[in-house]
Amino acid sequence: MKIKALSRPVASQQAPGSAVVRQSRNLDPAQHPFERAREYTRALNAIKMERMFAAPFLGQMGDGHVDGVYSMAKDPGSLERFASGSGDGVVKVWDLATRGEVFQTQAHEGIVKGLSWTHDRKLLSCASDKTIKLWDPYNSSADAPPAASWLGTSAFTSVAHHYTQPAFAASSSQISIYDLSRSSSTPTQTLQWPTSVDTITSIAFNPSETSVLGSTALDRSVILYDLRTSTPVHKLILKLASNKLCFNMMEPMNFAVANEDHNAYLFDMRKTDRALNVLKDHVAAVMDVEFSPTGEELVTASYDRTVRLWSRSKGASLDIYFGKRQQRVFSSMFTPDNKYVLSGSDDGNIRLWRAKASDRSGIKSARQRSKLEYDQALIKRYSHMPEIRRIKRQRHVPKSIKKAGEIKREELAAIKRREENVRKHTSKKNLKPRQSEREKMILAREQ
Amino acid sequence: MVHPTSKAVMSAEERAEKQRYAQAEKTYGRGKAVSSKGVHDKKLRANLKAQEAKQKQAILQAKDAEILLEHEAGFLEPEGEIERTYKVRQDEIQESVGIETAKKGFELRLNDFGPYRMDYTRNGRDLLLAGRKGHVATMDWRDGKLGCELNLNETVRDARWLHNNQFFAVAQKKYVYIYDHQGVELHCLSKHLEPLFLEFLPYHFLLASAQISGYLKYTDTSTGQTVAELPTRLGRPTALCQNPSNAILHVGHQNGTVTLWSPNSQTNLVKAQVHNGPVRSLAIDRLGRYMVSTGQDQKMNIWDIRMFKEVHSYSCYQPGASLSISDRGLTAVGWGTQVSVWRGLLDAAQADHEKVQSPYMAWGGDGQRIENLRWCPYEDVLGVGHDQGFASLIVPGAGEPNFDSLEANPYENVKQRQEAEVHSLLTKLQPDMISLDPNVIGRLDTINDKKMREVKDLDRRPEEHMEKIKNRGRGRNSALRKYLRKKGRGNVIDEKRLKAEALRKDHAERRKGQLQQARDDLGPALGRFAKRDA
Repeated sequence: MKIKALSRPVASQQAPGSAVVRQSRNLDPAQHPFERAREYTRALNAIKMERMFAAPFLGQMGDGHVDGVYSMAKDPGSLERFASGSGDGVVKVWDLATRGEVFQTQAHEGIVKGLSWTHDRKLLSCASDKTIKLWDPYNSSADAPPAASWLGTSAFTSVAHHYTQPAFAASSSQISIYDLSRSSSTPTQTLQWPTSVDTITSIAFNPSETSVLGSTALDRSVILYDLRTSTPVHKLILKLASNKLCFNMMEPMNFAVANEDHNAYLFDMRKTDRALNVLKDHVAAVMDVEFSPTGEELVTASYDRTVRLWSRSKGASLDIYFGKRQQRVFSSMFTPDNKYVLSGSDDGNIRLWRAKASDRSGIKSARQRSKLEYDQALIKRYSHMPEIRRIKRQRHVPKSIKKAGEIKREELAAIKRREENVRKHTSKKNLKPRQSEREKMILAREQ
Repeated sequence: MVHPTSKAVMSAEERAEKQRYAQAEKTYGRGKAVSSKGVHDKKLRANLKAQEAKQKQAILQAKDAEILLEHEAGFLEPEGEIERTYKVRQDEIQESVGIETAKKGFELRLNDFGPYRMDYTRNGRDLLLAGRKGHVATMDWRDGKLGCELNLNETVRDARWLHNNQFFAVAQKKYVYIYDHQGVELHCLSKHLEPLFLEFLPYHFLLASAQISGYLKYTDTSTGQTVAELPTRLGRPTALCQNPSNAILHVGHQNGTVTLWSPNSQTNLVKAQVHNGPVRSLAIDRLGRYMVSTGQDQKMNIWDIRMFKEVHSYSCYQPGASLSISDRGLTAVGWGTQVSVWRGLLDAAQADHEKVQSPYMAWGGDGQRIENLRWCPYEDVLGVGHDQGFASLIVPGAGEPNFDSLEANPYENVKQRQEAEVHSLLTKLQPDMISLDPNVIGRLDTINDKKMREVKDLDRRPEEHMEKIKNRGRGRNSALRKYLRKKGRGNVIDEKRLKAEALRKDHAERRKGQLQQARDDLGPALGRFAKRDA
């Protein structure tokens, strides 16, 4: 008879005199009952932990401004510098690492509406006092006069520097292109849609097709221009005016507009008959929108006193940031390392937030990192489960915003109901096909 | 020059690879692959494909990781044709295995307080003995170290370890009590009145007891909350066991039925007649595929739980008092004073083979009535509680040789035990997750989704009731007649009903017209032969 019985010497598990214990694994599913249920429980724990650790607010930059912050611009030559312009005409340059001021000047007499950096790290500012000024914040003192200034005929609303050439565009009721290499103070080109007279609120250059320029105006239009032919190319009229236009740095054919109708819209420049996505969550006009440097996410600032973060491909916001004393937010942006978000609001503060609320920036051990990665994978895997979805989505927002959201929802439902009732009592012949939510806001397109 | 091989011809390498995958899939597969063929959405299709590829890779890697398993299962093999494994005695086994292993076979003579029931911890390290007359003892049985010893001076009907060797529950005369490893009474569960059997669900932290009154009660041992009180309504239960794969409790009854319970339903999930007399004992294999039951009718039946079909039935000399199935599928039956161990019962059932004819091993016949049997996890050891004490038998080939130390670690130290406790509490499963199918969690609810979509679809046509009535069926049970006949509508005359009645009138008239037409066609002489519905 051949006999062998199981024997595992204890020494094989833990060598005598050593504190190191062997960990043996057996991946046979028979040894791991309830694997799905346990994994789900782990996912639930992971999402709860994520919410527990969510602490998005980091602090504010220095003492902020005296008046509201209406414009901000990142220094493309540095990861940690950016400029902000205030309602009282003061322009400041900040350092993210120390959260302190680097430079400040009383640049204008009116509201600083636009800021833009040049290639040689100088700062262009435009304001409602009909001037554009060029500053050299790193090589001059606070009371030094501007390096250059341009006088326009009406208040300027926005300024944008060209991506490759030493030229910049400034908008008022028309767009004027100035050449920085010439000392003349007259614009080299002016662009305008032939029939439009209203103020242009924001302009942005396309990062890859560098001579394409986009603008939003008070007449509800979004217009694309070409500098080479010095003509407007395409006009899109939405139901309400847009406040800001921003191109995606990674997919430069796509741009986002922040609209007065509480939504932000993503468009493909080549095909504007419908939006790529509608970002719907704000309860007041969206004042500013910006793509993250990765092109995957967006940040919007709104008149409802909140900042929201979005995914390019999802309609609802990923997160909402608000502060007790935060007033109407007029500008927001990602930092160039994609880790933080800045918001400038009416109360004069520039707030620094984490781009991922539960993220921590300290050095993590390999175990910690792998645990976080595992948690993220679990959350993704079980994200369709109602409980996990609920926890992931739920945010305690200020009462006023919650209430406004409820009212808005009710109003929208009423409109929808009314439309459906009309449809119900319309003969089939006259029945127009339903419009997608992504094309509803487009009133007209002109070439 | 390399020719691209056509699809039909598979190279030897490819075939080997395919075979390897098929083999790996058998153990490590998690169900059928999702076909991405009918999916039109490009992105979704690519995602599905990537998922499937990952899954496949994971299966192959799990298979490859088998190389790291270091222990092999024991065995007992006859060398000649006349040798029989069931004739091998314990002393012969103890002689031919190593000293360390031989020490695992021992007997404890405890004549005064028997018969004894017993339980091993989940990692098989500690043993709990409970004599009917009130003697309760725990021990680290490999080292022979006594943990605690209690004399409760009242009837003890069952005892169970909780999630680790720190706590155990004892079903005493009136209540269930929980003691810690030193024998200090921690809790008295007064809701569990006159408990007969105990069962602990380790992943849910639920302690269940079957009471003399027929109630099945669940208590969450981590919070102390009573989770469910379920009336079986079948009198005093005769057996209780859990399905380790889905945490469903099986209760055996006096009338030969077995009922399946989850704390989420006040009624049983399944009720099956498994014996013609009272059920004596039940056991379920660790994959939850087969249930073995013994009854007072001197039968031992093997059931396929998934189909609830009897697969094999054995006759016994005496009713089997206790049953237990080991990790590797060895089935131990205690009947009278004997213990028989069967091998391959479940494999035979699975492969649809003939019955296994003779047991694998046997023990007993020395006048000790067997009360309780239990396999020691991760060891080739069978614990037998009888009326004169306890015996630990070596049964080669019973235990799972390779344990997973994150699941249950027989060699864990204090730190590991504490950590494991915290982790298991973090992943504690909620009682409402218990269902017959353990993988129901996370599954997509496609039916509900379809309905929701239908509701959301603004352009959907309202279901036309009259159309359905008009065209469905003929004769006595046509949809129309059924509608008119249906009770519960009372005297309500609404538009729908008026329409239905008009429709019916119309039908009748048409039918009459048809008859008249047929009469006319046949002429005056043959008209009387015209048939309705010709």
